[in-house]
Amino acid sequence: MSDASIKPALQTTSAAPVAVGTASVLDIFIEFLIIGATSFGGGVVAYLRNGLVTKREWVDDKEFVEMLSISQTLPGLNATNMAILVGDKLKGALGSIAAIIGVCLPGAVLMYIAGMLYQEHGDRPLVTAALKGVAAAAVGLILATAIQLGKKSLTHNYDLIFIALTVIGVNRLHQSVPRVLIAVGILAILWYYPRKANKQEGATQ
Amino acid sequence: MNQVPSLIRVFAYLSLLTVGGGMAAFPELKVLTVEVHHWLTFPQLIHLYSVGQMAPGPNMMMIVSIGEWVAGPLGAIVVLIAFFGPTALLAFLIGRLWKKLEHWPWRTSIQKGLAPVSIGLLLAGCFSMARGAVTGLETATIAVATLLILLQYKINPALLVAAGAIIGAFTFVPK
Repeated sequence: MSDASIKPALQTTSAAPVAVGTASVLDIFIEFLIIGATSFGGGVVAYLRNGLVTKREWVDDKEFVEMLSISQTLPGLNATNMAILVGDKLKGALGSIAAIIGVCLPGAVLMYIAGMLYQEHGDRPLVTAALKGVAAAAVGLILATAIQLGKKSLTHNYDLIFIALTVIGVNRLHQSVPRVLIAVGILAILWYYPRKANKQEGATQ
Repeated sequence: MNQVPSLIRVFAYLSLLTVGGGMAAFPELKVLTVEVHHWLTFPQLIHLYSVGQMAPGPNMMMIVSIGEWVAGPLGAIVVLIAFFGPTALLAFLIGRLWKKLEHWPWRTSIQKGLAPVSIGLLLAGCFSMARGAVTGLETATIAVATLLILLQYKINPALLVAAGAIIGAFTFVPK
C-alpha cells in the first residue's frame, strides 16, 4: 500500500525522461535554460550531468565523460561546448543552437543588469569595498578550481613542467596567450606522442 | 565613434584563447579591453569578472556587461555572438569529426598534452587577476581563506564569494 503511493509520487517529481529520439528543440532549450539559471557558483558540469544524464537520460555516463573530454580539449567554455555537443546529438544543428542559447541566456541577462547597476553605483565607497572582498574571494575560488582540476586531469609529475612553462611564459615573460598556448601546447603534445600505439601497430604488423 | 567592429574583433579573438576555460583568456582580455581600447579600467574589469563568478551558467557572462557599456544592448548581443560563435562552430565541427578519430593515436596525445597547458593558462589568468585583486594583507587573507575552505569542504563557491562581499564591505569602507 505504502509502496503504491510512493512510486507514482517519485515518477511525477522526476520529470519523465524523454527518449533521445523524441526530444524536441523546445525540450532541449528548456532543459539547458534550467541548467543555465540554476548553476550558481560555477561547477556547471555537475548541473549538466544531473540534468542530462540523471534527469533526462539524453546521454549516458560514458558518453557524457567523452563529450566532456572533447569540451575541455577544445577552446570554449565547458558549459557551451557541452551544450553544442549534446544539442547536436539530440537534434542536429538546431538542437545545438537551442542548447547554447538556453544555457547562456539567464547568466547573460543577469550580467547585463549587474553591469548597468555597477556603472550607476560602482563608485560608491560601500560597493567598492564589497567588490574588493568579492575579487579577493574570486581569486581564492579560481586557485581552488585549478588545484582540483589538476588533481583530476594530470597523470604525470612532469605535467608540472608544462604548467610552470605556461605560467612563466604569460606572467613572467609577458608573452601573449596564443603564443604560449601554441609553443607549450605543441611541446606537450609532442611529449605525449603516440609511442605505445606505434609499438602495438608494429607488433601486429 | 562606432565601437562595434572593435568589439567583434576583440571578443572573437578572445574566444579562441579559452582553452580549458574563460580564465585562460583573462591576460589578453585585460590587455585588449583596458590597455588597448580603454573600455574600462583594470579595477573595473576585476570587479565585473568577480561578480560574474557568482552568476549561473557559463562563467564568462561578464563580457555582456562590457558590451553593454561600450555600445548598449546591441553591444551586449554582438559580444555574445562574437565570443561564443567561433568556439561553438568549432565544437560542432570537431564534435562530429572526433568520433571518427577514435583510433587516431594523436587524439590521446592532444588530450594529454593540452591538459597541463590549460591548467597553466588558468593559473596564469588567476595570477594576472590577483595582481590587481590581492593588494594587501586583508585581501590576501580573504583569498587564502576561500581557497582553503573550498579545498577542505564541499560548499557552493557562490556563497563564499558573496561572503567576500560582506567581509569587504566591513573591512574596506574608508572611515
